[in-house]
Amino acid sequence: MIHIENLSKTFTLHNQGGTVLQVMAGATLHVAAGECVGLTGRSGSGKSTLMRMIHGNYLAASGSLVVAGLDIVTAQPRQIVALRRDTLGYVSQFLRVVPRVPTIEVVAEPLLRLGTPVPEARERAASLLDRLNIPERLWGLSPTTFSGGEQQRVNIARGFAHAFPVMLLDEPTASLDATNREVVLTLIQEAKARGAAILGIFHDEAARDRLCDRLVDVTQFTPGQAA
Amino acid sequence: MDGANMALPLLQVQGLTKRYGPRIGCEEVGFDLWPGEVLGIVGESGSGKSTLLSCLAGMQAPDEGAILWDGRNVLDFSEAERRRLLRGDWAYVHQHPRDGLRMGVSAGGNVGERLMAVGARNYSAIRGAAIDWLGRVEIGPDRIDDRPSAFSGGMQQRLQIARNLVTGPRLVFMDEPTGGLDVSVQARLLDLLRGLVRDLGLSVVIVTHDLAVVRLLADRLMVMKGGRVVETGLTDQVLDDPQHAYTQLLVSSVLQV
Repeated sequence: MIHIENLSKTFTLHNQGGTVLQVMAGATLHVAAGECVGLTGRSGSGKSTLMRMIHGNYLAASGSLVVAGLDIVTAQPRQIVALRRDTLGYVSQFLRVVPRVPTIEVVAEPLLRLGTPVPEARERAASLLDRLNIPERLWGLSPTTFSGGEQQRVNIARGFAHAFPVMLLDEPTASLDATNREVVLTLIQEAKARGAAILGIFHDEAARDRLCDRLVDVTQFTPGQAA
Repeated sequence: MDGANMALPLLQVQGLTKRYGPRIGCEEVGFDLWPGEVLGIVGESGSGKSTLLSCLAGMQAPDEGAILWDGRNVLDFSEAERRRLLRGDWAYVHQHPRDGLRMGVSAGGNVGERLMAVGARNYSAIRGAAIDWLGRVEIGPDRIDDRPSAFSGGMQQRLQIARNLVTGPRLVFMDEPTGGLDVSVQARLLDLLRGLVRDLGLSVVIVTHDLAVVRLLADRLMVMKGGRVVETGLTDQVLDDPQHAYTQLLVSSVLQV
């Protein structure tokens, strides 16, 4: 479902003397349906950069990057918008929402975008929030006031509301207690079992061992020169 | 939305240029807007974004270029055709509600007037539609007979949106729709706009200098400087990985809270 060949990434800093940073070269990676692949490498080696390129919010300098048949490098913005709505899910480390929107609506939104009827979308959102131990009295409040762990769980509930065929997970178990970590690991295993292709960054080694079929060290794609 | 319409752009803009004597308003602007797509146009004051919007929405005549709607150049429309378009399929939300509302007419009248402009005549149906639309923008039916001058800024803006959407437009132009509002009111309006765009499948061209607003509303961005488009792309890509020097400066100049 994810096919990456010889992908490279540069940043050109026009306002800092036109400095060109080559941050990735020769990245090659494949993730099949039903497979979970973990990205490893020290901090700053480009794990999140690669995830963002797959999600389409960093532009590639060269190479090919195909997700569910769509070449992200050459795709039109509206094709990427459609891919993100239907096919490609991304659970980032940060929750970005319109302030003052109730948690239940934040979680239901990906389903509403797909045209799911409101009662059904809310029911699915409620069941996820419940599984992730967000107390019902908080559902009507905006998550912007929640603790870090609660926000992370809301973010995960939102990310798992729709059964995306391809999922990118950036540290999904960070800042969670043991109970909630277990819930999230189970959600990921369920997604895998239904055939989702999953690419993740897991600093939690036990989680990595339990979920990942393979590990890919991105350090091999990091060009030697220092920035 | 049916598949056939999805295969064609709703609006095609080609080589649009507007000059004020020797000064450039906007130059050689082109883009396609697709059904259900929200296009954000950003840039600082004087970048040409407002000139572009007013040319697109028929408020100014461009010097060159074409604006294709349903395959026909809007610039060749007769005055009657253009007026019909602006009252029906197109809508325009002004930054200042007083520019888009009739301040001496009741809230219900403001909404109903636009329906009457496209031929509605049955009083109770018009009043029913007005109440329905006021409800959708979270204005209670008890306020239908009040004049907009009795409303808060946020409420006026929501009324302007109801007035614009009551005729079921397919394309909405918005000029800094959250511009004059308190931050707490902005959030509510943004959420409302997002919901309406999603539920009605609207196409939107929104001009703003507020990058946070486009991040939450727009699918795609056009960055303008000196009347020209310097960069376009998926919204979060342009904001997170800007390619052009000017966009990099714009993005890095936003104050963090």
